[in-house]
Amino acid sequence: MFDDFFTRALVTGIGIAIITGPLGCLVIWRRLSYFGDTLAHSALLGVTLAYAFSLNIAFSVFIISAVIALLLLNLQKRTRLAGDSLLGLLAHSTLAIGLVLMGFLSSIRFDIMGLLFGDILSVTVEDIALVWIGGSVILGILYFIWKSLFSATVNYDLALAEGMKPNIYNMIFTLLLAGVIALSIKMIGTLLITGLLIIPAAASRNITHNPKQMVFVAILIGILSVTIGLFTSLELNTSSGPSIIVIAIILFIISLIPLELRGKLQK
Amino acid sequence: MSSKNNLLVNLENAGVYKSPKWLIRGVSLEVRRGQIVTLIGPNGSGKTTTAKMVLSILEPDEGSMKRYTDKIAYVPQKINIDWTMPLRVVDFMRLTNNLNDNEVSESLNQTGVEKLFKEQIHGLSGGEFQRVLLARAIAKKPELLVLDEPVQGVDFNGEIDLYNIIKNISANLNCGILLVSHDLHFVMSATDHVVCLNGHICCSGKPSTVIKDKAYIELFGEHRSKTLTYYQHDHDHTHNSDGSVSS
Repeated sequence: MFDDFFTRALVTGIGIAIITGPLGCLVIWRRLSYFGDTLAHSALLGVTLAYAFSLNIAFSVFIISAVIALLLLNLQKRTRLAGDSLLGLLAHSTLAIGLVLMGFLSSIRFDIMGLLFGDILSVTVEDIALVWIGGSVILGILYFIWKSLFSATVNYDLALAEGMKPNIYNMIFTLLLAGVIALSIKMIGTLLITGLLIIPAAASRNITHNPKQMVFVAILIGILSVTIGLFTSLELNTSSGPSIIVIAIILFIISLIPLELRGKLQK
Repeated sequence: MSSKNNLLVNLENAGVYKSPKWLIRGVSLEVRRGQIVTLIGPNGSGKTTTAKMVLSILEPDEGSMKRYTDKIAYVPQKINIDWTMPLRVVDFMRLTNNLNDNEVSESLNQTGVEKLFKEQIHGLSGGEFQRVLLARAIAKKPELLVLDEPVQGVDFNGEIDLYNIIKNISANLNCGILLVSHDLHFVMSATDHVVCLNGHICCSGKPSTVIKDKAYIELFGEHRSKTLTYYQHDHDHTHNSDGSVSS
């Protein structure tokens, strides 16, 4: 049933949307958009290393993202520079190092556009397995740590005082984020993955009233974006990543309309 | 039960250093079951820091903190919930606790805000939010309850209400309460033990002793410590006419 490249892409993309829904909500609740972006930029370095040492791409990207996350924690202890400066520093230095290394590996042909913006043609049956199995693991872990993570998101001190162990779970959350970026590189590309984390969650916030609702609607909007985006990509022969994100942003704009209408009705 | 068993938390000569100075030093205090211990003192005197040591949010850099319970509830001084997070009162009540709808309503009822059950947290007034915070803490049925300025933003009658509720909690749940408060007349009328802080412990003891202490009078001024006797009387009077608390 996965013979057709388009079916493979669709199945993979839907899998990714299911994972990015809840993680994306946590990312925007915790104001971590730039953190996701930094991890995604560093993914290019991960991909280069994967080619250089013939490693699995997702594995290599995951390791690099995890290292970046630890580096960030370490940097925060050594300097008083603001978080966004440190993130920018890490994002662009890893991106640059990745590109320089890529230059050294001139014998290997890189599909730069594919890495940056995603390439549905390259999705294999193994990728489907990776996304669905890896995704199930990520969601499983997230389910178990949700209460702690959520309480720490609302108020860290409160969660700490009442024994929710937020420090450990924050660390695990960071690894899960690295994981989802690793899984979605091929599909969305490194430049746009943060978009798939944030936009469906943001659109969902506009039309929901409690945390669970927001997570489920974010998943639905993600699935819609992937599905419509991929069909558009196929029809118009555009890159898969940007097409998915364009659909997501259209859905976001639609999510604003009821707010506008409500405002007018009240007047 | 021996008094040793009633001990919930014990700070001994504890201090927290944050470069370049000590936020607080040399704090020794105990909270026991059924006891209300109050921390008073001017801004920046280390009240919140002391409370955070008791909660293990801050580790003491010198001295020690020993705690004999894990059933803790906390009402922080400040809590900002961003609009990005859609949160109803009922979701907030279940933050660190698994409660069914009845338990949630019951606790909200105790602080007089059961009608807010499904309201968005962001739409609450300051006073309503304080009541929800207190209800959430009560719902945990803690052995140790730490309240950091629990009545801020609450109107005058509400303040009396909430303080009555706090007094009742310590009796009903038989828990120990550590309270940070500015409200000297409540402190003096309803507290078992007062600790007066200003970077260190200025004085501590029963309210009736502390009120006569030189360090206390210096810190709060002769005028306020004198008017206090008037307030104290006034407060007792309100209680009696209320009928809810016998003093």
